[in-house]
Formats: sequence, structure tokens, C-alpha cells
Amino acid sequence: MAKEYSFYPGCSSQKGTSGSNLQTSINTVCDTLDIKLNEIPDWNCCSASIGYSGGGELPRLALSARNIALSEQNNPGQEIVATCAACWLATRETKERIEGSEEVREGTEAALKEAHLSISKEMPKVRHMTEVLIEDIGFEAMKEKVVRPLEGIKIAGYVGCQTNRPFGIDGESFENPKYLDNMVEAMGAESCPTYEKKVSCCGGALAFSEPEKSQALVKGIIESAYDHGADMIVTPCPVCQLNVEAYQDNINATYGTKFNIPVTYYSTLMAVAYGKSSKEAGLDGLMIKAKQLEAITSK
Amino acid sequence: MSDINNQMVDKYRNNFLKEVEANVEEGDWVKMCMQCGVCSGSCPMGPYWDHPPQELFMMIRAGKREEVLSSSSMWMCTSCYNCIARCPRELPITHIMHGLAHYAKRLGIAPKEQPTLKFSQKFWDNLMVNGRVNELKLGIALYFIDGFAQGVKNALAAAGLGLGMYKAKRLNPFEILGGHSIKDKSGFQAMIKKAQEIEEARISGNAK
Repeated sequence: MAKEYSFYPGCSSQKGTSGSNLQTSINTVCDTLDIKLNEIPDWNCCSASIGYSGGGELPRLALSARNIALSEQNNPGQEIVATCAACWLATRETKERIEGSEEVREGTEAALKEAHLSISKEMPKVRHMTEVLIEDIGFEAMKEKVVRPLEGIKIAGYVGCQTNRPFGIDGESFENPKYLDNMVEAMGAESCPTYEKKVSCCGGALAFSEPEKSQALVKGIIESAYDHGADMIVTPCPVCQLNVEAYQDNINATYGTKFNIPVTYYSTLMAVAYGKSSKEAGLDGLMIKAKQLEAITSK
Repeated sequence: MSDINNQMVDKYRNNFLKEVEANVEEGDWVKMCMQCGVCSGSCPMGPYWDHPPQELFMMIRAGKREEVLSSSSMWMCTSCYNCIARCPRELPITHIMHGLAHYAKRLGIAPKEQPTLKFSQKFWDNLMVNGRVNELKLGIALYFIDGFAQGVKNALAAAGLGLGMYKAKRLNPFEILGGHSIKDKSGFQAMIKKAQEIEEARISGNAK
């Protein structure tokens, strides 16, 4: 029987948005592994971690509380799962903040009432998709579905920030988490376990407001991947993916580098290894084409 | 300077720490800082802060109100959570930085031309319209953040990237016509309004 979850896809997952190819590959992977994602109806933006200038604490918490309330109402008894690091973080933080303070709970409940919504005493657990894969499915079961192992490809696992801190995956360290490397290996590719930049920051939203400073950070992330002989970078985070892929031309122009390294999602790797088409894996959503993966899909 | 700022100055006099504890998100943690400096050393934007978190915490205790609130420092936070993960006293430093930034802006004494302040505000305003972010409009708003002429220049410079995103089906020009949206916009807006009122009432109550 399929495992069911209440799904919070987030703004960047929608059609024609920056992380739409993450969603495509997630759908493919969940289909293969018999995971059913029940989208939270009418979900809203969580304001990520950059909405704080306009939004004070309570308005920001109300955003995520609305999603939790809608999840409880429409997908009762199901844990909430997010694929976007910021969505996961904001929702889980909100749950903890409400649970930690009566004043915050009262304020949030009063705000929700205006939208005719409510949250229960015991709100559902809020999890990241990688937690579901690792804890509920397991590496062995993920491996079993591989029909086209990603042989001969070396991949630097870039975990980034918010998938890893402050919550992270149970049993993994903040400084050197191993699960992404293990996923890479499970798909038959070679990982770079000593990749120094695996939990470094790409600048996040400051890629937009402080582009030079952010691009200097991205330069280090890419350089280190090349130093390890990586053919491509893999990440779980849509912001990391965009920042590391999209500004390579700018970085080349500034620093005289010749970066041209594909940046894919873990779910893209999985979909390719599961024998799916280039489209189903979301490979057509890459601006720097992952030719080695394309070759495997057309085998 | 805003009325609320003057009221806060009157109310708290020389006790800026008390003001932060009462009004800044997670501000009651500030006194727990033991000045080890791990946060400052762990920050990816470390070199660009006028005063890194450890210093801001000491300045708050020393009553350096204006220097702290008018600083561009906390707007350098990328929300990477390195400082939170590493702080031996487990201070929620990222949240305190966001809280200080928001409070400074609320009082009208944050640096007006700070780029992240402007972007952060645009992001919030953008998502308030439809309940979801419209990436195209946010991008355009960002190009024109420093006025029209600079905006045209910025947009042209980013045209290659925009085209790449479009070809990869990760940018939809028709978003300009409205784009993705939630259905219950009125309920959503009423909820946010209420949350803002509660917060406003609490903070102006503190100022009296």
C-alpha cells in the first residue's frame, strides 16, 4: 500500500517557476517508490527566511500556521512533507514556536480565526522529503529500484544550509552529513565524501540583493567540486540549485574561470537511475545540460 | 524619526537590553551570549558585517542603541543557520538578527538604502498580493530597485539568464498577467491583518 503524506510543494514548485524541475523529478520518484503526496489545498507562501523586513514574527508564523491548519483539515492524520528547504524550515519552526509559547499560540489562533481556520493542540509532524526517503523507504529499497546505475559519474553532494541546519536529518552531523553521498552511491555513481563545501552557504536570498558577495561564495562551492574531480553537483535545495547553476557565466566573467558544471537534484539522479525519461527526470529543466545523465536516459 | 522610536527611547532610557528583550523576536536570549565569537567566525558573510553578531550582543548590553539599530550588519544574514548550529549556548542567533532587522525597520531607523532590506520588503509585498510569490514580478521589481535607468541596465544584463530560465521552462512570461494564486485571498489577508494588529498593539503597548 502506498505511504501517504500531506504535501506542501511551495512557490518554486509550480509550473513555470524556478524549481519546477524539482517537482517533476519528485513526482517521478514518488510514483516509483509508491509514495502518495496529497497536496495541501490552497497552500500559501511561507515567506521563506527573507520576508522578515515586511513581516513581523506573528504575521510570518500565521503564514505557515495557515498551511498547517489546511493540512489538518484536509489531510487529517497525515504528516506534512516539504521538498523545499525553506518551506520545511519555516513550517517546522512555526510548529515549534507555537508549541513553545502560549502567547504565540493565542496570537496565531486569533489570526487563523479570521480565515475560519484552526490548529489542534498536537500539530502534525513536519518533515523533509529526504527524511521520508531515508527513514520511511530506506537506502536498500531506494537501491532496489535502480535499473540504470549511474556508473562512471562522479558527483559532489552539496547539501547546503537549510536542509541541514538547524534541524537536519536525524543521526547526521551538521558539519559533515553523509546521507546525500549515500544516495549518490545508492544510485550507482561515485560520491565525493570529503567535498569541503558540502554544507557551505550559497548566499540564499542575498544572491539577489548582494550578488557579488553571494557569487564569491558560489565560486568556492564550484571550485571545490572541480578539485574533487566531480562531473556534476547534486543538491536537495531549490535555492542552492538555482544559485549554483544560474550564475556560472557571471562568475566566469568576473574571475576568468571556465565553470560549466551541471547542478541537479537528488530526485533527478534517482529518476534517471530508475530508468525514466529525460523529461520525467526533469533534465530538460537544467540550463547547463547534464550530458552524462542524458546519455543514460537514451540508452 | 518615528513617534514610536521616540516613545521607545523615552520608555527604556538607558536600558537598551530591556528594550530588545521586550520587543525583538527572540530578544530575551541576548543576555545569554558569552562572547565566544563562534557565530562571527562561522558566518559566510563575516567579512562584510560592520559588527558581527557577537559584537552586536555586547553593544546591546552596552546600550549602544543607535549604532545597533541603524547598522546594516544584521541585514547581511543569509539565514544559513551556521551560528545557531554552532553556538555553545544555543542562542537562536539567526532569528535574533532577523528580529533586530525587523525592529529597526519598524522604528524607521534602519538604513534606507540597504539592498537586502529593500529586497526583503519587496518579497513580502509580492507574496501578500496573491498569497504566493510571483517570481517574474519579483525579478522585475528587483531590477528596478534603484530606479528606472539602472533597472533597464540590470534587466538587459540579466537577459541571458532570463532566456535560459525561460527555455528550461522555469520562468513564465505570462506570470506578468497575475500568475499563481491562492483562492481564499480575502481570508488570507484578514488573517495577516489580524496578526499585524496583535503585534502592533503589543509593541505600542510596550512603548507606553
